[in-house]
Amino acid sequence: MRLRQYLVLKGNIPSGLYIGLGCLSFAVLMAVWCILTYGGVVPALFLPSPSEVAVQFYRMLTELNLVGDILASVYRVSAGFLLASLMGVPLGLLMGSFKLAEGLIEPLVGFVRYMPASAFIPLLILWIGIGDLEKIAVIFIGTFFQQVLMIRDVAKNISQELIDTSYTLGATQRAAFLKVVLPAALPGIVDTLRITLGWAWTYLVVAELVGASSGLGYMIMEAQRFLRTAGIIVGILVIGLLGLITDTLFKALYHRMFPWLERGTQ
Amino acid sequence: MTALPLKDLPEHDRQPAAQGAKLRIHHVSKVFEQKGQRVTALEDTHFDVREGEFVTILGPSGCGKSTLLKIIAGLTEPSSGYVMLNNRRISGPGADRGMVFQAYTLFPWLTVEENIAFGLKLKGMPKTQRQEIVQQYLQLIGLDGFGSMYPNSLSGGMKQRVAIARALANDPEVLLMDEPFGALDAQTRTVMQELLLQVWEKSHKTILFVTHDIDEAIFMGDRVYVMTARPGQLKAEIPIPIPRPREFSVKTTREFMRLKAEILDLIREESWKAANEIRSGECL
Repeated sequence: MRLRQYLVLKGNIPSGLYIGLGCLSFAVLMAVWCILTYGGVVPALFLPSPSEVAVQFYRMLTELNLVGDILASVYRVSAGFLLASLMGVPLGLLMGSFKLAEGLIEPLVGFVRYMPASAFIPLLILWIGIGDLEKIAVIFIGTFFQQVLMIRDVAKNISQELIDTSYTLGATQRAAFLKVVLPAALPGIVDTLRITLGWAWTYLVVAELVGASSGLGYMIMEAQRFLRTAGIIVGILVIGLLGLITDTLFKALYHRMFPWLERGTQ
Repeated sequence: MTALPLKDLPEHDRQPAAQGAKLRIHHVSKVFEQKGQRVTALEDTHFDVREGEFVTILGPSGCGKSTLLKIIAGLTEPSSGYVMLNNRRISGPGADRGMVFQAYTLFPWLTVEENIAFGLKLKGMPKTQRQEIVQQYLQLIGLDGFGSMYPNSLSGGMKQRVAIARALANDPEVLLMDEPFGALDAQTRTVMQELLLQVWEKSHKTILFVTHDIDEAIFMGDRVYVMTARPGQLKAEIPIPIPRPREFSVKTTREFMRLKAEILDLIREESWKAANEIRSGECL
């Protein structure tokens, strides 16, 4: 029995089958959507059909400046995420390497981390208005505090023996940090960035739901206001697609940067 | 030749030629603080290693031996006593004491060549000279042509060979080895023992080698220090008069068997003690 052979705990399956399964799940989703809409099970007001969504997508692209919204959102996410990473990565590495830094920063970060970033929106609007800066600040708050702790764990998990080895080869503390801690942490850092970028997108939409005049979140709100359900779905799909693209880019980058993680060939 | 129980010897006999000592472990001890309790990992340990000597320390798994080696490497501070290398007191780790660990400690992001060159690069040695030395050591450990591979694609034995090459290429005054073959299967281990002896015959480095394997301790060493567990302590010093170069076949000779029986006798009672104490505390 073939199936039996694939149902082994942590067992491997042929790569063709793996890709096929992924396509299958999309196909099933598509099929359910088609049946619900074309079959007239759900009214179009609640769930428009795939073709209606496609038409709406085309209209938004040509008439409603969808590209402008996408660019506005991408700009905000990139700025907020970059800012968070520029501070979060060094700070996390510091915390993972020096107990002194951890003792100083960890309690505060752990406290703020549990405050929902969206709850800061009213305060941020009060402080800095409803411009791009406010949206960027929300994304920053949403990602930075998570990032710091994740990067700290990455740095903490670096094997002490690797660091000790470098000492016995003549490394100073500084050299050990630059030549062992950093390269050893790099895959974990890239992975953390990939995961937290997804969160940054979530906070973007939250930020753009309130007091925005452009962006994908704003576009979704507008569509809801005028009962353009297809527009909402287009917005969600576009965000999903953008996420998929960045994720794929990150994965490609990962493989390119860390050939040494793969077994076998050089 | 019989074992010399250290405790029974007069003080002057216990301290062989202080002047000629390459490495002197001067009354070193280590006490750890563990949940408010003081645990002695290493009790007053005192011995010398001479230039070019291959000394093995044999003791039950995990306890005390690694601590001793880490103190010599400068990675751990002793609670009392000190270590002298070439009559100078050491403080902290340094390139003059190379170390090979039991765990695989090759830098996985560097190729075999880059791993071997790691210490040389830190010293600021020019590239051409580095490459020359790397090639020389790749040949010595029989891994010619593997230079551009990443550690991830090497077997355990190959990894340890590279780790040895990396430590030796740095030209340390002494080489400290902490059960370097402990994670290898029996066959690979035998091959590695012979290989290390060949490398040693050529380089004549001073080597301090820690192991829990009696055969290994006898086969490799000029002298074997037998260590007891909890607290870690040197119990006896046993000279190994088997002529060199040694090959694997000496492991079945009468002389070897006799030495083995003698050491077994010494450590049997200690192993029992250690086995019964495993629950009472963690290995340090």
